[in-house]
Amino acid sequence: MLAKRIIPCLDCDLAVAQGRVVKGIEFKQIRYAGIPWELATRYYQEGADEIIFLDITASHERRDTMVNVIKQTAENVFVPLAVGGGIKTLEDARTIFNAGADKVTVNTTALKRPEIITEIAEEYGNQACVVAIDAKRRYESFENRITVPTPKGECWFECSFYGGREFTGIDAIAWAKKVEELGAGEIMLTSMDRDGTYDGFDIELTETASSRVRIPVIASGGCGNAKHILEVFEKTHASAALAASIFHYDEWPIGDLKQYLADNGVLVRL
Amino acid sequence: MDYGVGNLFSIYNALHHVGANPKRITDPAALSEAGGLVVPGVGSFGRCMQKLSPFKDALFESLERGTPMLGICVGMQLLFEKSEESPDEGLGWVDGQVVRLPDTVLIPQMGWNELSIKKDVEILNGINEGDRFYFVHSYHCVPKDASMIAATTDYGMKITAVISRDNLFAVQFHPEKSGAKGLSILENFVRLTRC
Repeated sequence: MLAKRIIPCLDCDLAVAQGRVVKGIEFKQIRYAGIPWELATRYYQEGADEIIFLDITASHERRDTMVNVIKQTAENVFVPLAVGGGIKTLEDARTIFNAGADKVTVNTTALKRPEIITEIAEEYGNQACVVAIDAKRRYESFENRITVPTPKGECWFECSFYGGREFTGIDAIAWAKKVEELGAGEIMLTSMDRDGTYDGFDIELTETASSRVRIPVIASGGCGNAKHILEVFEKTHASAALAASIFHYDEWPIGDLKQYLADNGVLVRL
Repeated sequence: MDYGVGNLFSIYNALHHVGANPKRITDPAALSEAGGLVVPGVGSFGRCMQKLSPFKDALFESLERGTPMLGICVGMQLLFEKSEESPDEGLGWVDGQVVRLPDTVLIPQMGWNELSIKKDVEILNGINEGDRFYFVHSYHCVPKDASMIAATTDYGMKITAVISRDNLFAVQFHPEKSGAKGLSILENFVRLTRC
């Protein structure tokens, strides 16, 4: 049987030579964690099932730095490598693939120009196109929304873009179904309410999306400990769990985390 | 073999990492110089087959000459007669078809799945029952001759994961993306090529 995947996500600031891995809290405050390719190599050796780099550099004029980061990582890391952030055109995606990435993730561009999903999928295969969705809970304006009951009341989920700085009015669950139709191979679903909080994944968000699409969903945002990952696998149809802070600051080495999951009945690659 | 599908950086890096001295071959005439051939494949069966077409004859000569050959993912599927994915004819070196995964499972299969070993073959040296490899595919190979199957995996049904016949080897998963165990398979292959 297929194993659940554990994916460290490295948010990269590429405004310095070699880049640096940073982590924000609720998309705002920032802490530094290390050099991207070194951290990726360490996570690979510890048993990461996949690595994601997200370029969070505001200007996205640091494409050369990202290419170098990917090249150096691809020489040392032999699990799938996904890269996202600031990919606006198929040509941008090509640059990333040619540096050695296996998948690209698109977010803002896909919301503004959904055809990019199909373009990438046609040239590199569906599996190579991950759509990242940043979703925030909304407890009002329910008309034509996919709503779910939560302990805090009925809510729907709104898609954000531009790294959480702007909102689209688009229903994140409806968007998830749409990107599947357009050819996305996978959805990386981040709860903006939980990101960086250590409060655990948004179970309602993750389950609502993962039970409605037929492509893998990566749960993201809020992971603070191993129990949170166990919970998201027990209560939702997520295929993978993404975390950042718990790996960056040595709170949970990936090997220990996977052993904990295995001991609790989750299929993982040990 | 670089016949214009997907990118070959991963496989190139992985072969290099296990001590081989990989060369990208973009000209069918150069295939005869290879001590071993890796045939990758990404995207649709039809597109790969069309791109592969100029290499077909030279590739067959290499196979006949006994050059060890390793098909990866769609590069494995191309060895078969045909695929439900597109009307294009496959190479047909292996009798059988490529069919879509059952609709009881998520498609594509994407992630780490376990091998169940059926045959003791050199390419699987050091690989144990239950070791996990990285799969990404929507279609799977069904060889007519089950004795070719060296390993299977379970995804809604038994899926052919590794085939082996003389100097021809193929894997449905991506050894170049399957961590240390995947590198072992590439190392085994490189040893067979003596290059």
